[in-house]
Amino acid sequence: MELYAILKIVWAVMLGVLFIGLGTMVGMDMGVGTLLRFVGRNDAERRTALNIIGPHWDGNQVWFILGGGAIFAAFPTLYGTSFSVFYVVMITLLFSMILRPVAFEYRSKADSKMWRASWDWVFLVSGFVPMFIYGAAFGNILEGVGYHFGWTGQYYQDESFLSYLLNPFAILCGLMSVSLSIYQGGAMLMLRADNPIWARARHYAIVGGLFAAILFVAGGIWVQFLPGFVMQAPVNPAMPANPLHGQSVAMVAGGWMHNFHNHPALWVLPLMGVGCMLAGSAMLVAGRTVVAWWLGLGAWAGTIMTVGCAMFPFLMPSSTVPDQSLTVWNSTASEYGLGCMLAVAAIFVPIILSYTSWCYYVMRGKVHTADVVNDTHSY
Amino acid sequence: MEFIDPNVVDLSRFQFALTALYHFMFVPLTLGLTFMLAAMETVYVVTGRQIYKDMAQFWGKLFGINFAIGVATGITMEFEFGTNWSMYSHFFGDMFGTPLAIEGLMAFFMESTFVGLMFFGWDRLSKQAHLAITYLVALGSNLSALWILIANAGMNMPEGAHFDPETMRMQFESFVNLVFNPDAQAKFVHTSVAGYVSAAMFVMGISAFYLLRGQHRQFAARSFRMAALFGIISTVAVITLGDVLGRLDYEKQPTKIAAIEGLWHTSKPPFEPWILAALPDDAKQENHFEVGVPLVLTPLITHTFDQPITGMHELEDAAGPRIRSGIEAVSALRRYGVTHSDVDLALFTQHEQDMGYGLLAARHAPNQDVTNIPENQIDAVVKATQPDILPNVFVTFWSFRFMVFLSLWFFALFAISAYVSLKRRLEHNKLLLKLCMWSIPLPILATEFGWITAEAGRQPWTVFGWLPTFLSASSHGVSYMVFSLIGFVLLYSVFIAAELYLMFKFARLGPEHDSMEPHAQHDAPKPSAFDMHPTAS
Repeated sequence: MELYAILKIVWAVMLGVLFIGLGTMVGMDMGVGTLLRFVGRNDAERRTALNIIGPHWDGNQVWFILGGGAIFAAFPTLYGTSFSVFYVVMITLLFSMILRPVAFEYRSKADSKMWRASWDWVFLVSGFVPMFIYGAAFGNILEGVGYHFGWTGQYYQDESFLSYLLNPFAILCGLMSVSLSIYQGGAMLMLRADNPIWARARHYAIVGGLFAAILFVAGGIWVQFLPGFVMQAPVNPAMPANPLHGQSVAMVAGGWMHNFHNHPALWVLPLMGVGCMLAGSAMLVAGRTVVAWWLGLGAWAGTIMTVGCAMFPFLMPSSTVPDQSLTVWNSTASEYGLGCMLAVAAIFVPIILSYTSWCYYVMRGKVHTADVVNDTHSY
Repeated sequence: MEFIDPNVVDLSRFQFALTALYHFMFVPLTLGLTFMLAAMETVYVVTGRQIYKDMAQFWGKLFGINFAIGVATGITMEFEFGTNWSMYSHFFGDMFGTPLAIEGLMAFFMESTFVGLMFFGWDRLSKQAHLAITYLVALGSNLSALWILIANAGMNMPEGAHFDPETMRMQFESFVNLVFNPDAQAKFVHTSVAGYVSAAMFVMGISAFYLLRGQHRQFAARSFRMAALFGIISTVAVITLGDVLGRLDYEKQPTKIAAIEGLWHTSKPPFEPWILAALPDDAKQENHFEVGVPLVLTPLITHTFDQPITGMHELEDAAGPRIRSGIEAVSALRRYGVTHSDVDLALFTQHEQDMGYGLLAARHAPNQDVTNIPENQIDAVVKATQPDILPNVFVTFWSFRFMVFLSLWFFALFAISAYVSLKRRLEHNKLLLKLCMWSIPLPILATEFGWITAEAGRQPWTVFGWLPTFLSASSHGVSYMVFSLIGFVLLYSVFIAAELYLMFKFARLGPEHDSMEPHAQHDAPKPSAFDMHPTAS
């Protein structure tokens, strides 16, 4: 296989890793935000919950920023097209995302009840909405998105944004993503909080895990009947990245299952996803929180890899002009660009992982309500 | 045929400018304050004197209030290339995306991860370890600026990429040329040091406020002196690097430099005056009145006494043949996409360097299609396109002048302040203290004018000489843009209101544990839970 094709595959895998990291780490913070009003019944309890992720939310959020940056660098055409086609949805996601850093920093800096209550609602919205959109976007992409390209490479939209929002399959995927984030956020709260937050978080996390499992299975059955996208003829994986020509694509009912039929070993991925969700919930019942947190990572990994392998090599198929669907082969950066980015990632990802772990190590241990209220650096 | 609505392009530009200018109200303080915090904490660790820890913690709190919005509004910037400039992202993303992604990996991750420890880690880390963390935050935020400005330099002076007719975009070909783009290096220093000026003015102004009220005098006098010295060095650096940038623009972006100087006709060295004030008229292509200083322009821009600077009329004339040749290039490129014939490729390669000028003509071509202009209309299209190569002269000219006049004011203010504070006669100079206080927002304003000069002066291009702004925007409907604009205006207004409220609240409150002044009076009724840590002696 040519080097360029290998680089494309490597970056498709990296994209998957970023999505898994984003789901787990950002999802965890979002879950805490969504749960904030429910696990904390008074101001001191809510501050305790906030300070559990307080030292880490900013670092975690970089997964999200980095997700955007990596798509931009490694899949520039996918980045421009997907962000624009989903404009209204993306802007809504953006609005809720940018409220969150301000909420963290500002909520506890003034005493007024109104002030704090308003920011608590902001946490709910800015936790729920982004995770819902994150899941719903995957749902929409699985169904195909209405767009095509002009000869210069400019995209043109063929569908209203309403079809992305009012779409039962996308709503199912969105709710699944929210459920997983509640699971992960709840597990994190249990790791660092005592009762009564611990008990409440446990309750919500177990429900979140079970819900996610049910929705995942339901979505899987639904996909059997969805029109999937299939390459009509083999394409050259090392082709110049240009979606304007070079492929012939058909929409076939159940098309997304072709990869699973051809490679039955892939079934291990969805099984791993559901297995982690169920086992994780069981671990929470047993109070084994650390194991449950890592099983949450497994659940995200299973989910994202299932979707990725079902769609491969498609990244964002076009439902109106399927031949111009964006794939791993036709929407990446150049060979040189991908190589450069790979070298940079090889240097920095290990460094990032080590200092992030060190930060969690420094801030380890339970966060006690009394300490939060008396500590002066807390949120 | 599919059109791009010019209104959508304008609204997209307006939204980008709004969000970028807003973002950059907060970034300069982050860039500069982190290093000032590190300097204060260094003195604390070396000398062990509590007052420097008080300083680091107090200014750190104000830093945090500012930092949050900087981070939040930065997310917008990264999204917006995709949501509103899809054609730009497709055309230039292969190269442009790389520095943005590296910024995330190398800088933003570091800054964001360690900023948590900087706020939360005072009790969990040794003095030295905490100091190291503060330096890492400073390093991270400044490295972040470096990569963003490398990306920006790619737009202004594209180096390290070439256009590829197979992929219909600029292909990244040299990491070294991308990073060592001279524009990137000069701009990085110019911009980050402008941030230091903002931070110095911020600390100096708030310290002046305490001195005027006779509060926290020791604390304020020390902060003031440190800021004044930091400020004078930074201002000198800003002006020096600004000069380097002017010289670079003279070589690589002649339209920008001509617009900055309001130069409609090629200069006559060495006597050509530097225009101090004028009323440039973009429609009539002339200045209504001019007040100039003779002899200054030529050495200022060219660093010589005999080199002419090309005027805007001459630049327009020179663009004519390039537009004509560019139309050939675009037509050949389109044919090549269908035929893949060597003949079309050869024709394209022959005119390739002018392709951007051909795309620029799309605005004036029938149906926005430069590949199908009837033979008898080509002259008219070329003629109509020629004035398009110039940026808006009024905006570029005046934003540059505001920036320069402000920087001269900072130089004077920092120099006098540093002198008076070293002489320890600050509290006798109420007027100086008041001027320092009222000057707090000015460096940020100057930075905003700097951005307008650089980016309005880059027009009509997003990728200078290659991709017109007009073709770069996403093909949205006007209603989409109205939706996002209303949202941004509402959200950002709430942010700035909350920010100013907290900033004033905590600045008025002053340092909680002013160890040099045990009897300090506080305006606040009681120290609340989230005030400074009570480890101060």
